[in-house]
Amino acid sequence: MIEVSNISKSFDGKQILYNISVEFEKNKTNMIIGASGTGKSVLLKCIVGLILPDEGKIEFNGRSFANASKELQTEVRREMGMLFQGGALFDSLTVEQNVMFPLNVLTKQSMDEKLDRVNFCLERVGLENANHKMPSEISGGMKKRVGIARAIVTKPNYLFCDEPNSGLDPQTSIKIDNLIKDITDEYEMTTVVVSHDMNSVLEIGDIVNFMHEGRLLWTGPSDDIGNSDVQELNEFVFAGRLMKMVKGK
Amino acid sequence: MFDKANNLSARNFMKSLGKFIIFLGQLFVRRETFATYVHRIVDESIKVGYNSVFIVVIVSAFMGAVTTVQTAYNLISPLIADPIIALVVRDMTLIELAPTITAIVYAGKVGSNIAGEIGTMKITEQVDALEVMGINATSYLVLPKIVASVIMFPLLVIMAGFVSIYGGYLTALFTGVISGTDYILGIQMDFNAFQVIFALIKAVVFGFLVAAISSYKGYFTSGGALEVGQSSTNAVTSSCIAILAGDYILAYMLAPFLTP
Repeated sequence: MIEVSNISKSFDGKQILYNISVEFEKNKTNMIIGASGTGKSVLLKCIVGLILPDEGKIEFNGRSFANASKELQTEVRREMGMLFQGGALFDSLTVEQNVMFPLNVLTKQSMDEKLDRVNFCLERVGLENANHKMPSEISGGMKKRVGIARAIVTKPNYLFCDEPNSGLDPQTSIKIDNLIKDITDEYEMTTVVVSHDMNSVLEIGDIVNFMHEGRLLWTGPSDDIGNSDVQELNEFVFAGRLMKMVKGK
Repeated sequence: MFDKANNLSARNFMKSLGKFIIFLGQLFVRRETFATYVHRIVDESIKVGYNSVFIVVIVSAFMGAVTTVQTAYNLISPLIADPIIALVVRDMTLIELAPTITAIVYAGKVGSNIAGEIGTMKITEQVDALEVMGINATSYLVLPKIVASVIMFPLLVIMAGFVSIYGGYLTALFTGVISGTDYILGIQMDFNAFQVIFALIKAVVFGFLVAAISSYKGYFTSGGALEVGQSSTNAVTSSCIAILAGDYILAYMLAPFLTP
Protein backbone atom coordinates (compact mmCIF):
# COMPACT_ATOMS: atom_id res chain seq x y z
CA MET A 1 0.00 0.00 0.00
CA ILE A 2 1.09 3.55 -0.72
CA GLU A 3 -0.05 6.32 1.61
CA VAL A 4 0.18 9.93 0.49
CA SER A 5 -0.49 12.49 3.23
CA ASN A 6 -0.96 16.23 2.78
CA ILE A 7 1.23 16.65 -0.29
CA SER A 8 1.63 20.19 -1.61
CA LYS A 9 3.80 21.40 -4.43
CA SER A 10 4.38 24.71 -6.15
CA PHE A 11 6.66 25.79 -8.99
CA ASP A 12 7.94 29.38 -9.15
CA GLY A 13 5.24 30.53 -6.75
CA LYS A 14 2.42 28.79 -8.64
CA GLN A 15 0.64 26.20 -6.53
CA ILE A 16 0.17 22.93 -8.44
CA LEU A 17 -0.88 20.51 -5.69
CA TYR A 18 -2.97 21.48 -2.66
CA ASN A 19 -2.72 19.28 0.42
CA ILE A 20 -3.43 15.97 -1.27
CA SER A 21 -4.00 12.85 0.82
CA VAL A 22 -4.76 9.54 -0.82
CA GLU A 23 -4.17 5.81 -0.33
CA PHE A 24 -3.35 3.40 -3.12
CA GLU A 25 -4.33 -0.15 -2.31
CA LYS A 26 -2.41 -3.33 -3.00
CA ASN A 27 -3.60 -5.68 -5.74
CA LYS A 28 -5.79 -2.94 -7.20
CA THR A 29 -5.57 -0.62 -10.16
CA ASN A 30 -5.73 2.84 -8.61
CA MET A 31 -6.57 5.51 -11.16
CA ILE A 32 -5.74 9.20 -10.93
CA ILE A 33 -7.91 11.06 -13.40
CA GLY A 34 -8.58 14.64 -14.31
CA ALA A 35 -8.30 17.13 -17.12
CA SER A 36 -4.92 18.17 -18.54
CA GLY A 37 -2.96 20.52 -16.29
CA THR A 38 -4.63 19.48 -13.04
CA GLY A 39 -1.43 18.13 -11.50
CA LYS A 40 -1.89 14.37 -12.04
CA SER A 41 1.58 13.81 -13.47
CA VAL A 42 3.16 16.09 -10.84
CA LEU A 43 1.49 14.01 -8.12
CA LEU A 44 2.78 10.81 -9.74
CA LYS A 45 6.29 12.24 -10.01
CA CYS A 46 6.14 13.26 -6.34
CA ILE A 47 5.12 9.71 -5.44
CA VAL A 48 8.00 8.09 -7.34
CA GLY A 49 10.45 10.70 -6.05
CA LEU A 50 11.23 12.50 -9.30
CA ILE A 51 9.87 15.71 -7.78
CA LEU A 52 10.35 16.61 -4.13
CA PRO A 53 7.06 17.84 -2.60
CA ASP A 54 7.11 21.08 -0.60
CA GLU A 55 5.12 19.49 2.21
CA GLY A 56 3.64 16.16 3.14
CA LYS A 57 4.57 12.53 3.55
CA ILE A 58 4.64 9.51 1.25
CA GLU A 59 4.90 6.01 2.68
CA PHE A 60 5.46 2.73 0.87
CA ASN A 61 4.25 -0.05 3.17
CA GLY A 62 5.04 2.16 6.15
CA ARG A 63 8.44 3.28 4.86
CA SER A 64 8.66 7.05 4.58
CA PHE A 65 9.90 7.98 1.11
CA ALA A 66 9.65 11.65 0.16
CA ASN A 67 12.17 12.95 2.67
CA ALA A 68 14.06 9.71 3.21
CA SER A 69 17.81 9.29 2.69
CA LYS A 70 19.01 8.69 -0.87
CA GLU A 71 19.89 5.10 0.09
CA LEU A 72 16.37 4.32 1.35
CA GLN A 73 14.87 6.02 -1.70
CA THR A 74 17.05 3.83 -3.92
CA GLU A 75 15.93 0.72 -2.00
CA VAL A 76 12.25 1.63 -2.44
CA ARG A 77 12.72 2.63 -6.06
CA ARG A 78 14.15 -0.77 -6.84
CA GLU A 79 10.73 -2.17 -5.96
CA MET A 80 9.07 0.12 -8.49
CA GLY A 81 8.31 -0.26 -12.17
CA MET A 82 7.16 2.65 -14.24
CA LEU A 83 5.61 3.02 -17.66
CA PHE A 84 6.19 6.48 -19.04
CA GLN A 85 3.93 8.42 -21.36
CA GLY A 86 6.26 8.04 -24.36
CA GLY A 87 7.67 4.68 -23.29
CA ALA A 88 11.05 6.25 -22.37
CA LEU A 89 12.91 3.40 -24.03
CA PHE A 90 16.67 3.85 -24.39
CA ASP A 91 17.18 4.75 -28.05
CA SER A 92 20.58 3.14 -28.39
CA LEU A 93 19.47 -0.26 -27.06
CA THR A 94 17.43 -2.99 -28.72
CA VAL A 95 14.09 -4.10 -27.28
CA GLU A 96 15.80 -7.04 -25.56
CA GLN A 97 18.55 -4.83 -24.13
CA ASN A 98 15.97 -2.31 -22.93
CA VAL A 99 14.04 -4.95 -21.04
CA MET A 100 17.24 -6.53 -19.72
CA PHE A 101 18.62 -3.17 -18.59
CA PRO A 102 17.22 -3.19 -15.01
CA LEU A 103 18.43 -6.77 -14.55
CA ASN A 104 21.94 -5.83 -15.72
CA VAL A 105 22.19 -2.92 -13.36
CA LEU A 106 20.21 -4.11 -10.37
CA THR A 107 20.83 -7.87 -10.18
CA LYS A 108 23.68 -10.32 -10.39
CA GLN A 109 21.84 -12.97 -12.43
CA SER A 110 23.64 -14.99 -15.09
CA MET A 111 23.08 -14.11 -18.74
CA ASP A 112 20.91 -17.24 -19.24
CA GLU A 113 18.69 -16.32 -16.29
CA LYS A 114 18.35 -12.77 -17.54
CA LEU A 115 17.52 -13.90 -21.07
CA ASP A 116 14.88 -16.32 -19.76
CA ARG A 117 13.26 -13.57 -17.74
CA VAL A 118 13.40 -11.06 -20.61
CA ASN A 119 11.86 -13.55 -23.04
CA PHE A 120 9.16 -14.40 -20.51
CA CYS A 121 8.28 -10.72 -20.05
CA LEU A 122 8.31 -10.00 -23.78
CA GLU A 123 6.07 -13.01 -24.35
CA ARG A 124 3.81 -11.81 -21.55
CA VAL A 125 3.25 -8.50 -23.34
CA GLY A 126 2.87 -10.20 -26.72
CA LEU A 127 6.20 -9.26 -28.28
CA GLU A 128 7.83 -12.66 -28.84
CA ASN A 129 9.73 -11.75 -31.99
CA ALA A 130 10.77 -8.19 -31.30
CA ASN A 131 13.97 -8.89 -29.31
CA HIS A 132 16.39 -7.41 -31.79
CA LYS A 133 14.35 -4.47 -33.01
CA MET A 134 15.41 -0.93 -32.14
CA PRO A 135 12.86 1.41 -30.47
CA SER A 136 12.78 3.51 -33.65
CA GLU A 137 11.59 0.45 -35.62
CA ILE A 138 8.49 -0.30 -33.52
CA SER A 139 5.07 1.33 -33.24
CA GLY A 140 3.79 3.46 -30.34
CA GLY A 141 1.73 0.58 -28.96
CA MET A 142 4.72 -1.77 -29.11
CA LYS A 143 6.86 0.83 -27.32
CA LYS A 144 4.30 0.92 -24.51
CA ARG A 145 4.35 -2.87 -24.30
CA VAL A 146 8.16 -2.91 -24.18
CA GLY A 147 7.86 -0.26 -21.45
CA ILE A 148 5.54 -2.54 -19.50
CA ALA A 149 7.89 -5.51 -20.00
CA ARG A 150 10.80 -3.41 -18.70
CA ALA A 151 8.70 -2.22 -15.76
CA ILE A 152 7.80 -5.75 -14.63
CA VAL A 153 11.08 -7.51 -15.40
CA THR A 154 12.33 -7.09 -11.82
CA LYS A 155 8.97 -8.26 -10.38
CA PRO A 156 8.20 -4.94 -8.70
CA ASN A 157 5.76 -4.38 -5.84
CA TYR A 158 4.56 -1.09 -7.28
CA LEU A 159 3.68 -0.23 -10.86
CA PHE A 160 3.18 3.34 -12.01
CA CYS A 161 1.75 4.22 -15.42
CA ASP A 162 1.69 7.77 -16.76
CA GLU A 163 -0.95 8.10 -19.48
CA PRO A 164 -0.43 4.52 -20.70
CA ASN A 165 -2.67 4.87 -23.74
CA SER A 166 -2.01 8.41 -24.87
CA GLY A 167 -1.49 8.53 -28.62
CA LEU A 168 -2.83 5.01 -29.18
CA ASP A 169 -5.83 3.87 -31.18
CA PRO A 170 -8.85 2.61 -29.17
CA GLN A 171 -8.15 -1.10 -29.79
CA THR A 172 -4.49 -0.88 -28.81
CA SER A 173 -5.48 1.23 -25.79
CA ILE A 174 -7.80 -1.50 -24.57
CA LYS A 175 -5.05 -4.12 -25.06
CA ILE A 176 -2.60 -2.02 -23.02
CA ASP A 177 -5.24 -1.39 -20.33
CA ASN A 178 -6.05 -5.08 -20.04
CA LEU A 179 -2.38 -5.93 -19.89
CA ILE A 180 -1.90 -3.53 -16.97
CA LYS A 181 -4.91 -4.99 -15.20
CA ASP A 182 -3.82 -8.61 -15.76
CA ILE A 183 -0.27 -7.90 -14.64
CA THR A 184 -1.53 -6.13 -11.50
CA ASP A 185 -3.57 -9.21 -10.56
CA GLU A 186 -0.81 -11.64 -11.54
CA TYR A 187 1.98 -9.93 -9.54
CA GLU A 188 -0.31 -8.65 -6.76
CA MET A 189 1.09 -5.18 -7.22
CA THR A 190 -0.03 -1.77 -6.10
CA THR A 191 -0.71 -0.14 -9.45
CA VAL A 192 -1.23 3.58 -9.94
CA VAL A 193 -2.40 4.76 -13.36
CA VAL A 194 -2.61 8.40 -14.40
CA SER A 195 -5.09 8.88 -17.21
CA HIS A 196 -7.70 11.17 -18.65
CA ASP A 197 -9.22 8.44 -20.79
CA MET A 198 -12.67 7.45 -19.54
CA ASN A 199 -12.49 4.13 -21.39
CA SER A 200 -9.44 3.20 -19.33
CA VAL A 201 -11.11 4.27 -16.13
CA LEU A 202 -14.13 2.09 -16.75
CA GLU A 203 -12.10 -0.78 -18.24
CA ILE A 204 -9.46 -1.28 -15.55
CA GLY A 205 -9.98 1.16 -12.68
CA ASP A 206 -10.73 -0.39 -9.29
CA ILE A 207 -10.42 2.81 -7.29
CA VAL A 208 -10.66 6.19 -8.98
CA ASN A 209 -9.20 9.45 -7.65
CA PHE A 210 -10.42 12.57 -9.43
CA MET A 211 -8.25 15.69 -9.41
CA HIS A 212 -9.29 19.18 -10.36
CA GLU A 213 -7.04 22.27 -10.29
CA GLY A 214 -4.50 20.61 -7.99
CA ARG A 215 -7.05 19.28 -5.51
CA LEU A 216 -8.36 15.76 -4.97
CA LEU A 217 -12.12 16.15 -5.25
CA TRP A 218 -13.44 12.60 -5.31
CA THR A 219 -12.30 9.06 -4.48
CA GLY A 220 -14.35 5.93 -4.96
CA PRO A 221 -14.88 2.71 -6.90
CA SER A 222 -15.07 3.14 -10.67
CA ASP A 223 -18.62 1.74 -10.66
CA ASP A 224 -19.80 4.76 -8.65
CA ILE A 225 -18.19 7.35 -10.88
CA GLY A 226 -21.40 8.17 -12.75
CA ASN A 227 -23.38 8.65 -9.54
CA SER A 228 -21.21 11.31 -8.01
CA ASP A 229 -22.61 14.67 -6.99
CA VAL A 230 -19.30 16.44 -7.63
CA GLN A 231 -20.05 18.79 -10.49
CA GLU A 232 -16.47 18.94 -11.82
CA LEU A 233 -16.32 15.13 -11.95
CA ASN A 234 -19.63 14.91 -13.79
CA GLU A 235 -18.46 17.51 -16.29
CA PHE A 236 -15.25 15.55 -16.82
CA VAL A 237 -16.88 12.12 -17.07
CA PHE A 238 -19.67 13.16 -19.37
CA ALA A 239 -17.68 15.54 -21.55
CA GLY A 240 -17.49 13.10 -24.45
CA ARG A 241 -20.41 12.41 -26.76
CA LEU A 242 -20.26 8.68 -26.12
CA MET A 243 -20.49 9.12 -22.37
CA LYS A 244 -23.36 11.59 -22.83
CA MET A 245 -25.19 8.92 -24.83
CA VAL A 246 -24.51 6.37 -22.08
CA LYS A 247 -25.85 8.83 -19.51
CA GLY A 248 -28.95 9.46 -21.64
CA LYS A 249 -29.75 5.78 -21.73
CA MET B 1 21.89 50.72 -14.44
CA PHE B 2 25.07 49.03 -15.70
CA ASP B 3 26.04 48.13 -12.14
CA LYS B 4 22.67 46.44 -11.68
CA ALA B 5 23.10 44.50 -14.93
CA ASN B 6 26.65 43.49 -13.94
CA ASN B 7 25.46 42.38 -10.50
CA LEU B 8 22.73 40.30 -12.09
CA SER B 9 25.16 38.67 -14.55
CA ALA B 10 27.64 37.99 -11.76
CA ARG B 11 24.88 36.50 -9.62
CA ASN B 12 23.68 34.31 -12.51
CA PHE B 13 27.23 33.19 -13.21
CA MET B 14 27.81 32.29 -9.55
CA LYS B 15 24.45 30.50 -9.45
CA SER B 16 25.35 28.45 -12.55
CA LEU B 17 28.81 27.72 -11.14
CA GLY B 18 27.30 26.51 -7.87
CA LYS B 19 24.80 24.35 -9.77
CA PHE B 20 27.65 22.95 -11.88
CA ILE B 21 29.69 22.06 -8.77
CA ILE B 22 26.67 20.36 -7.16
CA PHE B 23 26.11 18.51 -10.45
CA LEU B 24 29.72 17.26 -10.37
CA GLY B 25 29.25 16.24 -6.73
CA GLN B 26 26.30 14.07 -7.78
CA LEU B 27 28.65 11.95 -9.90
CA PHE B 28 30.16 10.36 -6.85
CA VAL B 29 27.10 9.47 -4.78
CA ARG B 30 24.99 6.29 -5.14
CA ARG B 31 27.41 4.79 -7.65
CA GLU B 32 26.74 1.59 -9.57
CA THR B 33 29.05 -1.42 -9.63
CA PHE B 34 32.60 -1.05 -10.95
CA ALA B 35 31.87 -3.46 -13.82
CA THR B 36 28.94 -1.29 -14.96
CA TYR B 37 31.23 1.71 -15.21
CA VAL B 38 33.95 -0.25 -17.03
CA HIS B 39 31.49 -1.24 -19.77
CA ARG B 40 30.14 2.26 -20.04
CA ILE B 41 33.62 3.82 -20.15
CA VAL B 42 34.68 1.47 -22.97
CA ASP B 43 31.54 2.37 -24.96
CA GLU B 44 32.03 6.07 -24.36
CA SER B 45 35.74 5.90 -25.22
CA ILE B 46 34.83 4.53 -28.64
CA LYS B 47 32.28 7.30 -29.11
CA VAL B 48 34.41 10.23 -27.95
CA GLY B 49 37.84 8.94 -28.98
CA TYR B 50 37.81 6.51 -31.87
CA ASN B 51 34.98 8.33 -33.66
CA SER B 52 36.90 11.61 -33.47
CA VAL B 53 40.09 10.28 -35.07
CA PHE B 54 39.14 11.23 -38.64
CA ILE B 55 38.32 14.88 -37.94
CA VAL B 56 41.36 15.29 -35.67
CA VAL B 57 43.69 13.86 -38.34
CA ILE B 58 42.28 16.16 -41.03
CA VAL B 59 42.44 19.28 -38.84
CA SER B 60 45.93 18.47 -37.53
CA ALA B 61 47.42 17.74 -40.93
CA PHE B 62 46.23 21.08 -42.29
CA MET B 63 47.23 22.83 -39.06
CA GLY B 64 50.82 21.61 -39.52
CA ALA B 65 50.82 22.44 -43.23
CA VAL B 66 49.52 25.98 -42.75
CA THR B 67 51.84 26.67 -39.81
CA THR B 68 54.86 25.57 -41.86
CA VAL B 69 53.99 27.67 -44.90
CA GLN B 70 53.09 30.81 -42.92
CA THR B 71 56.09 30.56 -40.62
CA ALA B 72 58.39 30.10 -43.63
CA TYR B 73 57.01 33.22 -45.35
CA ASN B 74 57.33 35.25 -42.15
CA LEU B 75 60.91 34.24 -41.44
CA ILE B 76 62.52 35.05 -44.76
CA SER B 77 65.79 36.51 -43.58
CA PRO B 78 69.42 35.63 -44.18
CA LEU B 79 69.93 35.91 -40.41
CA ILE B 80 67.47 33.13 -39.60
CA ALA B 81 68.46 29.55 -40.36
CA ASP B 82 65.87 27.37 -42.09
CA PRO B 83 65.63 24.77 -39.30
CA ILE B 84 64.19 27.55 -37.08
CA ILE B 85 61.00 27.30 -39.17
CA ALA B 86 60.56 23.68 -38.09
CA LEU B 87 61.41 24.58 -34.50
CA VAL B 88 58.65 27.22 -34.51
CA VAL B 89 56.20 24.73 -36.04
CA ARG B 90 57.09 22.14 -33.38
CA ASP B 91 56.80 24.55 -30.46
CA MET B 92 53.54 26.05 -31.70
CA THR B 93 52.10 22.63 -32.32
CA LEU B 94 53.09 21.09 -29.01
CA ILE B 95 52.47 24.03 -26.72
CA GLU B 96 49.36 25.53 -28.27
CA LEU B 97 47.86 24.22 -31.47
CA ALA B 98 47.64 20.48 -30.81
CA PRO B 99 45.89 20.75 -27.43
CA THR B 100 43.88 23.95 -27.92
CA ILE B 101 42.73 23.83 -31.55
CA THR B 102 42.01 20.10 -31.21
CA ALA B 103 40.03 20.87 -28.04
CA ILE B 104 37.89 23.40 -29.90
CA VAL B 105 37.24 20.92 -32.71
CA TYR B 106 36.55 18.26 -30.06
CA ALA B 107 34.08 20.58 -28.30
CA GLY B 108 32.27 21.06 -31.60
CA LYS B 109 32.02 17.38 -32.36
CA VAL B 110 31.92 15.57 -29.01
CA GLY B 111 30.53 18.38 -26.83
CA SER B 112 27.49 18.96 -29.02
CA ASN B 113 26.95 15.20 -29.26
CA ILE B 114 27.06 14.75 -25.48
CA ALA B 115 24.68 17.66 -24.83
CA GLY B 116 22.32 16.50 -27.59
CA GLU B 117 22.30 12.90 -26.36
CA ILE B 118 21.72 13.70 -22.69
CA GLY B 119 19.29 16.51 -23.56
CA THR B 120 17.20 14.15 -25.69
CA MET B 121 17.26 11.53 -22.95
CA LYS B 122 16.10 14.19 -20.53
CA ILE B 123 13.13 15.43 -22.56
CA THR B 124 12.02 11.92 -23.53
CA GLU B 125 11.98 10.88 -19.85
CA GLN B 126 14.81 8.34 -20.29
CA VAL B 127 16.69 10.05 -17.46
CA ASP B 128 13.57 9.81 -15.27
CA ALA B 129 13.32 6.12 -16.19
CA LEU B 130 16.83 5.57 -14.83
CA GLU B 131 16.02 7.44 -11.63
CA VAL B 132 12.83 5.44 -11.06
CA MET B 133 14.89 2.24 -11.42
CA GLY B 134 16.95 3.48 -8.48
CA ILE B 135 19.95 4.38 -10.64
CA ASN B 136 21.77 7.66 -10.10
CA ALA B 137 21.27 8.95 -13.65
CA THR B 138 23.91 11.66 -13.27
CA SER B 139 26.56 9.21 -12.21
CA TYR B 140 25.51 6.47 -14.64
CA LEU B 141 25.33 8.73 -17.69
CA VAL B 142 27.87 11.45 -17.05
CA LEU B 143 30.76 9.94 -15.07
CA PRO B 144 31.73 7.46 -17.84
CA LYS B 145 31.65 10.28 -20.41
CA ILE B 146 34.00 12.42 -18.30
CA VAL B 147 36.37 9.53 -17.56
CA ALA B 148 36.40 8.47 -21.23
CA SER B 149 37.05 12.03 -22.32
CA VAL B 150 39.89 12.52 -19.82
CA ILE B 151 41.48 9.27 -21.07
CA MET B 152 40.86 9.65 -24.80
CA PHE B 153 41.43 13.35 -25.40
CA PRO B 154 45.14 13.25 -24.41
CA LEU B 155 45.56 10.36 -26.87
CA LEU B 156 43.91 12.46 -29.56
CA VAL B 157 46.26 15.34 -28.70
CA ILE B 158 49.29 13.05 -29.00
CA MET B 159 48.02 11.97 -32.40
CA ALA B 160 47.24 15.57 -33.38
CA GLY B 161 50.79 16.65 -32.46
CA PHE B 162 52.33 13.85 -34.47
CA VAL B 163 50.10 14.35 -37.54
CA SER B 164 50.56 18.12 -37.41
CA ILE B 165 54.36 17.94 -37.34
CA TYR B 166 54.30 15.25 -40.02
CA GLY B 167 51.88 17.38 -42.09
CA GLY B 168 54.38 20.23 -41.82
CA TYR B 169 57.15 17.91 -43.01
CA LEU B 170 55.14 16.77 -46.06
CA THR B 171 54.31 20.41 -46.86
CA ALA B 172 58.01 21.28 -46.62
CA LEU B 173 58.82 18.48 -49.05
CA PHE B 174 56.07 19.28 -51.55
CA THR B 175 56.33 23.08 -51.55
CA GLY B 176 60.06 23.40 -51.01
CA VAL B 177 59.69 26.22 -48.46
CA ILE B 178 62.27 24.35 -46.39
CA SER B 179 64.20 21.17 -47.12
CA GLY B 180 63.27 17.89 -45.44
CA THR B 181 66.69 17.66 -43.78
CA ASP B 182 66.37 21.16 -42.29
CA TYR B 183 62.85 20.33 -41.07
CA ILE B 184 64.05 17.16 -39.31
CA LEU B 185 66.97 19.10 -37.85
CA GLY B 186 64.67 21.90 -36.70
CA ILE B 187 62.15 19.74 -34.91
CA GLN B 188 64.98 18.15 -32.87
CA MET B 189 66.62 21.47 -32.04
CA ASP B 190 66.49 22.65 -28.37
CA PHE B 191 63.76 20.18 -27.56
CA ASN B 192 62.30 20.56 -24.09
CA ALA B 193 60.40 17.41 -23.04
CA PHE B 194 58.23 19.47 -20.69
CA GLN B 195 56.43 20.77 -23.78
CA VAL B 196 54.87 17.33 -24.18
CA ILE B 197 53.91 17.16 -20.50
CA PHE B 198 52.50 20.70 -20.83
CA ALA B 199 50.39 19.61 -23.81
CA LEU B 200 49.15 16.53 -21.95
CA ILE B 201 48.21 18.53 -18.83
CA LYS B 202 46.22 20.85 -21.08
CA ALA B 203 44.64 17.85 -22.80
CA VAL B 204 43.46 16.32 -19.52
CA VAL B 205 41.97 19.64 -18.36
CA PHE B 206 40.30 20.34 -21.73
CA GLY B 207 38.97 16.77 -21.97
CA PHE B 208 37.38 17.19 -18.56
CA LEU B 209 35.97 20.64 -19.32
CA VAL B 210 34.33 19.63 -22.61
CA ALA B 211 32.69 16.48 -21.22
CA ALA B 212 31.61 18.03 -17.92
CA ILE B 213 30.23 21.27 -19.35
CA SER B 214 28.44 19.53 -22.24
CA SER B 215 26.91 16.95 -19.91
CA TYR B 216 25.77 19.72 -17.57
CA LYS B 217 24.15 21.64 -20.43
CA GLY B 218 22.43 18.48 -21.67
CA TYR B 219 21.29 17.38 -18.23
CA PHE B 220 19.44 20.59 -17.49
CA THR B 221 17.61 20.68 -20.82
CA SER B 222 13.87 21.05 -20.56
CA GLY B 223 11.25 21.53 -23.24
CA GLY B 224 11.51 19.97 -26.68
CA ALA B 225 13.65 19.55 -29.79
CA LEU B 226 14.32 23.30 -30.01
CA GLU B 227 15.77 23.35 -26.49
CA VAL B 228 17.95 20.31 -27.23
CA GLY B 229 19.45 22.22 -30.16
CA GLN B 230 19.99 25.25 -27.93
CA SER B 231 21.68 23.08 -25.29
CA SER B 232 24.05 21.67 -27.90
CA THR B 233 24.95 25.15 -29.09
CA ASN B 234 25.39 26.41 -25.53
CA ALA B 235 27.54 23.39 -24.73
CA VAL B 236 29.92 24.19 -27.59
CA THR B 237 30.02 27.91 -26.78
CA SER B 238 30.60 27.40 -23.05
CA SER B 239 33.17 24.66 -23.68
CA CYS B 240 35.13 26.91 -26.07
CA ILE B 241 35.13 29.78 -23.56
CA ALA B 242 36.21 27.41 -20.78
CA ILE B 243 38.97 25.97 -23.00
CA LEU B 244 40.36 29.42 -23.81
CA ALA B 245 40.16 30.57 -20.19
CA GLY B 246 41.75 27.31 -19.04
CA ASP B 247 44.43 27.69 -21.70
CA TYR B 248 45.35 31.13 -20.37
CA ILE B 249 45.41 29.98 -16.74
CA LEU B 250 47.53 26.93 -17.55
CA ALA B 251 49.90 29.00 -19.69
CA TYR B 252 50.30 31.46 -16.83
CA MET B 253 50.93 28.68 -14.32
CA LEU B 254 53.11 26.35 -16.39
CA ALA B 255 54.99 28.56 -18.85
CA PRO B 256 57.79 29.27 -16.32
CA PHE B 257 58.64 25.55 -16.43
CA LEU B 258 59.25 25.78 -20.19
CA THR B 259 62.20 28.11 -19.88
CA PRO B 260 65.46 26.17 -19.81
